Order: sequence, then structure tokens, then C-alpha cells
Amino acid sequence: MAKKDRMSGNEAVATALRQINPDVMGAFPITPSTEIPEYFSQFMADGEVDTEFVAVESEHSAMSVCIGASAAGARAVTATSSCGLAYMWELLYVAASSRLPICMAVVNRALTGPININNDHSDSMGARDSGWIQIYAETNQEVYDNMIQAIPIAEATRLPIMVCQDGFITSHGVSNIELLEDEEVREFVGEYNPENYLLKEENPLAVGPYGISPYYMEVKRAQAQAMKDSMPIIIQTARKFEDLTGRKYRFFEEYMMDDAEVAVVVIGSSAGTGKDAVDRLRAEGKKVGLIKLRVFRPFPRVPLAMAMCKVKAVAIMDKAEGFSNSGGPLFNEARNSLYDLPGRPYAINYIYGLGGRDITVENYYEIFNDLFIIVDTYDPGDVYRYVGVRDSRYDEGGFDHRTYDDVYR
Amino acid sequence: MAYSLKKEVQKPERLAGGHRLCAGCGAGVAVRAVLRALEPEDKAVITNATSCLEVSTFIYPHTAYYDSYIHSAFANSAATTSGVETAYKVLKKKGKIKENFKFINFGGDGGTYDIGLQSLSGAMERGHDMVYVCYDNEAYMNTGIQRASSTPRFADVTTAPVGKEIPGKIQNKKNLTEIIAAHNVPYAAQTTFMGNFKDLHEKAHKAIYTEGPCFLNIMAPCPRGWRYDAEDLAEICKLAVDTCVWPMYEIENGHWHLTYEPKQKLPVEEFLKKQGRFKHMFKPGNEWMIEEAQKYVDEQWEILLKKCE
Repeated sequence: MAKKDRMSGNEAVATALRQINPDVMGAFPITPSTEIPEYFSQFMADGEVDTEFVAVESEHSAMSVCIGASAAGARAVTATSSCGLAYMWELLYVAASSRLPICMAVVNRALTGPININNDHSDSMGARDSGWIQIYAETNQEVYDNMIQAIPIAEATRLPIMVCQDGFITSHGVSNIELLEDEEVREFVGEYNPENYLLKEENPLAVGPYGISPYYMEVKRAQAQAMKDSMPIIIQTARKFEDLTGRKYRFFEEYMMDDAEVAVVVIGSSAGTGKDAVDRLRAEGKKVGLIKLRVFRPFPRVPLAMAMCKVKAVAIMDKAEGFSNSGGPLFNEARNSLYDLPGRPYAINYIYGLGGRDITVENYYEIFNDLFIIVDTYDPGDVYRYVGVRDSRYDEGGFDHRTYDDVYR
Repeated sequence: MAYSLKKEVQKPERLAGGHRLCAGCGAGVAVRAVLRALEPEDKAVITNATSCLEVSTFIYPHTAYYDSYIHSAFANSAATTSGVETAYKVLKKKGKIKENFKFINFGGDGGTYDIGLQSLSGAMERGHDMVYVCYDNEAYMNTGIQRASSTPRFADVTTAPVGKEIPGKIQNKKNLTEIIAAHNVPYAAQTTFMGNFKDLHEKAHKAIYTEGPCFLNIMAPCPRGWRYDAEDLAEICKLAVDTCVWPMYEIENGHWHLTYEPKQKLPVEEFLKKQGRFKHMFKPGNEWMIEEAQKYVDEQWEILLKKCE
């Protein structure tokens, strides 16, 4: 029996964790994810969970506690943001290569430099190559639903998983949400019974070896295979969840894509604003659409490319700057996925929303307008662009419209 | 029952031979001696910070440990043990585990005095039921004998080398045992390989079987870093203790006890002259270095004696 409530994204995650009732949580406060361990500690104080909470002295130790606990045979969870995730960096790789199904709530926040507490995706995008599954949410409902699905996905793949939501936008924004009953969640996630673990009485285990050259590469290959194999597991889990709740999740959501001529691809809460822009432009008769990517790791290369191929030009939106001088991380992977398809659309990149900069419906108008110009002129111009940045030097949008020959000859 | 080394070594080994540690290295001796203090019926999970010990005892696909073992990274072994111990508490409460497990964490001095200090401090403060064992060889030996906060003054190390202007490391050694004692842990002790290992054995047993966070600091010399002959390991340890360079003591629930007092306190040269890392101290004109070293040891020893009164 579903029950309706209203709560912030952080409370929704904490509620999902209470219902999951994990064995161990190790966490350290950092804005904007702090409320998750706060809510959870209250659940503990009130005797509503069996979890042992380890209030560590840093995020480095938070992830270390999760690694130790998970290797020991416990279901381990944590939550963090921004610099906290950055401080965990080396251990993200340790967790993934040790094949520990740790579940981490990431409340996305800009990385420091300068310090900023607001939302962008630079933290988790920086960790994109660490071997963790990454699932993103647009709304409070989605982050709640993703957190519950994360446990069986992680444990079936033996890969750690990040459940990401946008700092403040969903983490602190309160909205209506439909919760499952505690028993339904507990049945959905099941008991955690790993095959091998440190505390297995009849068979000791050694974790974290020195992996020399004759073995290291096979470890990496096995991780890559697990990431590949997680694709059907993510879909099976979503189908099971759909049977329970009626809410449908896949690698991405297509919004008004069937007859769209141009589209944007976007991750997270900004999809909400994007859908509003789509609705308004559709009312004017403009054939625009939107793809909201939910699963970034594993990257759904083929299905996403097929979806993007429905349109003539696509704007791929990055809420993270990679300083690669060739666009953000989502752009590079999404555009790359189009390469083998003969009818591929033009694909351009917009960096947006850094450090909590709002993306508005007007910004989306601008983007869709640019896409229609590209379709009309057959000229993509500079594919690496910014939107919503306040600096007259960059008014052209892109960085450099000169050709390679003009500059380097 | 009286301690007998002969009896103790008849217990089943918990660290198998064939690991890759150097001949004359103190790390393996420390591990075997600590693990001998486990009651044979008790199970253990051993945590290891990245170190010579780790890369020499668990090279995939071989482990030298009969017990469960985890290595995760350099700076975080105490936090990793915290996680294992917390999992044990939960799983035991849930009835998923029946037997008794002990949690023993080994780190080198680099992983303990320096990069792992925050993680160690956190674990000690939180009060996990674990033993942290530092095997102290006074430099980053795994990476090639670099200076650490555990390196003593005047030691010739690769990032504080002896040169025309600078006589090796400038600063004195950090006193880690006292830092951990300041966490008010139930048990902290300093020891090394002396005679029949009674001191080390008894301290390890106390540390393992005292509930809560306990700490052992074991001087465990390194033949490559200290530049001594492999067979001199035990003699160097004895000299460290008899010169009062490395006093053996314990702090039990806030009470300080000296567990060994040299019958005759030897001059510090006796310890220094055995080791290549202090060779320059014996060159003509460098007598002041030995005087300084002696003065520091004397001061520290007096302070310790007062605490142990």
C-alpha cells in the first residue's frame, strides 16, 4: 500500500535508508547531504533501525568504514557531496575493484575552487571513471525510488553504486512523494547474504592484494565486464519496481521525442525546466523534445544513440566543466555514441548551471533556437558552448569560430 | 601460567613463511609475535595499511595469513578496521556470526605517525574494539627510506640526506605513543624484540584482550634503512632499550608503568654506531651531534620516569 507524504530529497533518501535498514552507515557531514545522516541518526536514536552508525572524522574514513564493513559481510551505505566525494577518491577505486556493493547517496554540489555549496555535477562526473554505477534523479520521487533500486542492483552486480540528486534543488526542495510500506521495501531489497566475506567463520578471506602486472589487468577486465553486465540487471530491477509501484524507469526518459526535430539531452533536476520549455514551444507548434539521462554509468551507448537519432540536431547539456577543451563529459560520451550511426544528428554541447547558476526556460529557448538554426544552415559552428554565463567576451556562445588553419598554420 | 617462549612458538603459526619480507626485517617478527598472543580458538581479521608488510605478505594470488585479512589503502587502515569491527557487532547481534573475532591492525610508522594519524585518532576516539599495531622502522621504507615524523634526529634518509650543510634529519622523533595515550584509550604500550619476547607477548595479549581501542608501538628495525647486518636485529633492539632511546612502557587506564629499566643505562653511541644511517655522527668534528642526541634521550627518559612514578 503506497502512502502519500511530502518531504525533501534528503528526507526521502533517509526514509528509503530507514526502510532498507542497512547494517552499517559511515558518514561525515557536508552540505548539502548532511541532513541524510542527521535524519538517519534520529531513526537510530528512536530505535527504528538496526544499523550501526559510525560518525567518522572524514569522508575518507567514511568510505573506508564502508569498505571494511562491506568486505566483512555487512550491507554498508554512506552519503556525501562535493569535496567529501573528492576526499573519498582513492577509495572509490578500492571499493569498486574489491567488488563491494556499497550504496552511496550523492547530493551533487560544485567542487571547491572557489568554494561554492550549490549544485552542479562536477563532483560525481569527476568520479565517473572510478568503476561505480551512477544513477541520477530529476525529482524527490525519483531519488527515493532510485535509492531502493540501488541495493539490489549493487548486490547483483557486485559493484558499488552512487544514487545522485541535485543539491538544494531536490535535496532541500520539499515536494509530494509516494512512499512504499516498510515491508514492501524490505521484501524488494531482500536479505544481504554475500558468498565470501571476512567474517565467514568456516572460510577466511583476504581482500585488497598487491596486484602485480600479471594479474592487475584481469581485475580491470572483470570490472569492465561487471559494468557491462549491469545493463540488463538495471532494467530487470526497474521492471520489478514498476510491477510494485507502477512507476517506470529505464536508462533514460524520452519526453516528446516521437516526432521531435531537435532535442536536448540533460541529467537531473534541470530536465524539469527543460520539459516546461518543451511544453511551451510545442504549444507554438515547434517540434522539440528532451532526453533525460538517468543512468550515466554504465553509459547506455546504443539505446541513447538510437534515441538521439530521432532528431536532426541535439544539444547535450553538461552541468560540469571538464576543461578538456572539447566539451563536458556527457557531451563527449553521448556524441561519441553517435559515431557509428549513418543518420546521426548534429550534436553540440552546452555547459550550464555551474555552482548553482539557474538554468531558465529562456535559456532552453535559446538552445532550441540554436538547434533550429543548425538544422537550417547545416552548420553546427563551434560545438563547445556555454549557456547562462555572464561575460561579454563569450557572447558568441562558443569559444573559437576560427578554423584550425587560421590559428595553427 | 608463566610465559614460555618455547610453548608459545608451538602454537600454530598465523603468518606463513615464504612471504617476501627481507632477511633481518622487524616487520614479520612483530606480526608473528603479536599474532602468537591470540588464543588459538579465537578468530581474527587483520587489517594492513599499505606498507612493506602489505606488499610482501599478500601478493595476489598468495596470502601469508591464515586469518581473514584486508588491505584498503595507506591512510585509512584504522577506519577500515572500524568498518570491519562495526560489521561484526551488527552481524553478531543479528545472530549471523557465532564465534569470537579479534581485530588487529598493522601499519608502518609512515601509515601511523603521518598519513594515517587522522584515521587512527578517529578510530581510537570512537572506541572500536580493536588493536592498532604500529611497526616502527622510523622512515618510509617501502618507497625507499624517506623521512617521516617518526625518523629520529640526525638519521640519514633519502629526503633528509646528510650533506655539506645539513646533518640528516633536523627534527626529533614524534612521540606517537603519548599522542595515542592522550586519547585516554584503555591500553597503550611501547615495546620491541627483547630476549624471550615476554614483554611484547604480554603487551600484545593485554591489548588484544582489553575491550576497546588499544595501541601497540613496536620498534621494528629495517636492515636497508638503518643499514645493519641482518643478524644484528635483536642486538639493535636491545641496544635501543638499554640506551633508553626506545623505552618499554605501558599506559593502562591512565596509569604509566615502565616495564623494563636497564640495569645500566648505556650511552647512546652504543645504539647509533651499529647503524649506517648514523655513520656521519662519528666523524671528527661531529661530536656535538652525539652530545645532542644523548641530551635529548636523557631529557625524554627523565620525563618518562616521572610519568611512571
